[in-house]
Amino acid sequence: MGQCRVIIVGAGPAGVRCAEVLVAAGIRPILVDEGRRDGGQIYRRQPEGFNRSYPTLYGTEAERARSLHQTFESLRGSIDYRPETLAWNIFDRQLYTVSARVSKALPFDALVVCSGATDRLMPVKGWHRAGTYSLGAAQIALKSQACAIGRRVVFAGTGPLLYLVAAQYVKAGAHVEAILDTSSLWKRVRALPKLAARPRVLVNGLSLMRTLRGAGVRIVTGIEPVEIHGSPEDGVSGITYRGRDGSTHQLACDAVALGYHVRPETQLADLARCEFRFDAETRQWLPAVDQDGRSTVPGVYLAGDGARVLGADGAEIAGKLAAWALLQDLGRPVPEAERDALRRERGVMDRFRQGLVEAFPWPAEQAARLPDEAIVCRCEAITAGELRRVVNQMGACEANRAKAFSRVGMGRCQGRYCGHAGAEVIAHAAGVPVEQVGRLRGQAPVKPLSIAVREEVE
Amino acid sequence: MTGRFVRLAETSRALVRFELDGKPVEALAGDTLLVAILSNGTSVRSCEFGGGRRAGFCLMGACQDCWVWTAAGDRLRSCTTMVEEGMRILTSQPEASWVNVA
Repeated sequence: MGQCRVIIVGAGPAGVRCAEVLVAAGIRPILVDEGRRDGGQIYRRQPEGFNRSYPTLYGTEAERARSLHQTFESLRGSIDYRPETLAWNIFDRQLYTVSARVSKALPFDALVVCSGATDRLMPVKGWHRAGTYSLGAAQIALKSQACAIGRRVVFAGTGPLLYLVAAQYVKAGAHVEAILDTSSLWKRVRALPKLAARPRVLVNGLSLMRTLRGAGVRIVTGIEPVEIHGSPEDGVSGITYRGRDGSTHQLACDAVALGYHVRPETQLADLARCEFRFDAETRQWLPAVDQDGRSTVPGVYLAGDGARVLGADGAEIAGKLAAWALLQDLGRPVPEAERDALRRERGVMDRFRQGLVEAFPWPAEQAARLPDEAIVCRCEAITAGELRRVVNQMGACEANRAKAFSRVGMGRCQGRYCGHAGAEVIAHAAGVPVEQVGRLRGQAPVKPLSIAVREEVE
Repeated sequence: MTGRFVRLAETSRALVRFELDGKPVEALAGDTLLVAILSNGTSVRSCEFGGGRRAGFCLMGACQDCWVWTAAGDRLRSCTTMVEEGMRILTSQPEASWVNVA
């Protein structure tokens, strides 16, 4: 069985648990990861020389983080681990990687993509100013570098991460100016039956709220961000938002952490030619997977937040399920009772996920109200007005056509941060449902490569 | 304002000296280049398409907003590059620059 060439992309919770199952079955997978160290974003390890404890870094999830890191350490001798390596293309059953400016084509029989997620963003006028960061960035600054993104930080957007990161900032001694949530308390109350599917997580969430209230952090719900103020040279100096009653308020701050939950990184699934389906609940296109992570392409499996956003513990389960699916497809035995138990557990997590989607919805309607002068594409400073112009005057009602004409989605982030909002802007301008706008096709390389990259045969 | 980022802990690490736009500055061992720069200043580059200075956005290597250059002309993504003693970093691209199409 040693001949079966298996590659896992991503050394986060899904990738590590997947590797664990495969190694136990006698397979030596290649584990390609872009990070310097294992853990992914959620259990990201601080650099050598930092001394904060697991509870300080990972809070209630400290033991899960420690367990994942320990599992990874125990696997090191049994896997072909390639850190600081970008998987940038898939073609003809080969994964193309680049590390230290050397590109390699790695043939595979089976590929498990555990590519994780990035922040889902809705633009606001002024979000291109220095000092506006994604919510995930605010957390990474703290977790990985022991820094706050500013002296007076406003957290704006919606989702559980908004409160989690703000509470982490408070605990670490940073000054949180306010939390501005586009969702309403009422939506959270209505989602409670689904959120109750995971009582421990719900209790942790309520405890975060207590931390924040105890620290006197202003929390405003049901808002709409209007503008991030500042100057081209010095960056952010404040934020204006509209309250529930329609009145506008301005806060002074030097940093804004902005985010609306997260979105899967699906470029590799796309390049592997996996089929995508529109998910009406979250208003986005997601790769089609069966309950164990099989994509529509034989031998290609998708696990973790890169396929469905279930969070870190859901990703650990998804990694194992994908590994068992892979083994089963190779005609190998799988522990069915254990698998069925994990499938059920993941079902519960999925109910909780639906609760989160309802409690903290993607504010699609904001795209329609985005002023023409607001930048949609941060990479190339392209405005909502320009995107609407190519829809209205050039008839570009499909995402890739609008991208070709406006360049929204063509910049260096390759649509990661403007794609979803751009689709909503196009849909509203064209008067069509957002699913009809389609999705931006993934393009290789999935991230910019240096012109100095050379190819090497392994 | 000296720096955009605020250090909250882990401040007893060894000092690392590097050069930022020709000026000698200090950072700490284990800093990413982005943190090293934003502990000394408020931005890392100008957007060549207009709209002013940028200071990174995602910190996880996805947005490409935090590009800087070495004096030798190499491009670095500062959020995924560790600061090193003696680095010579520029916050504007040496020689060649993009046409402003805005």
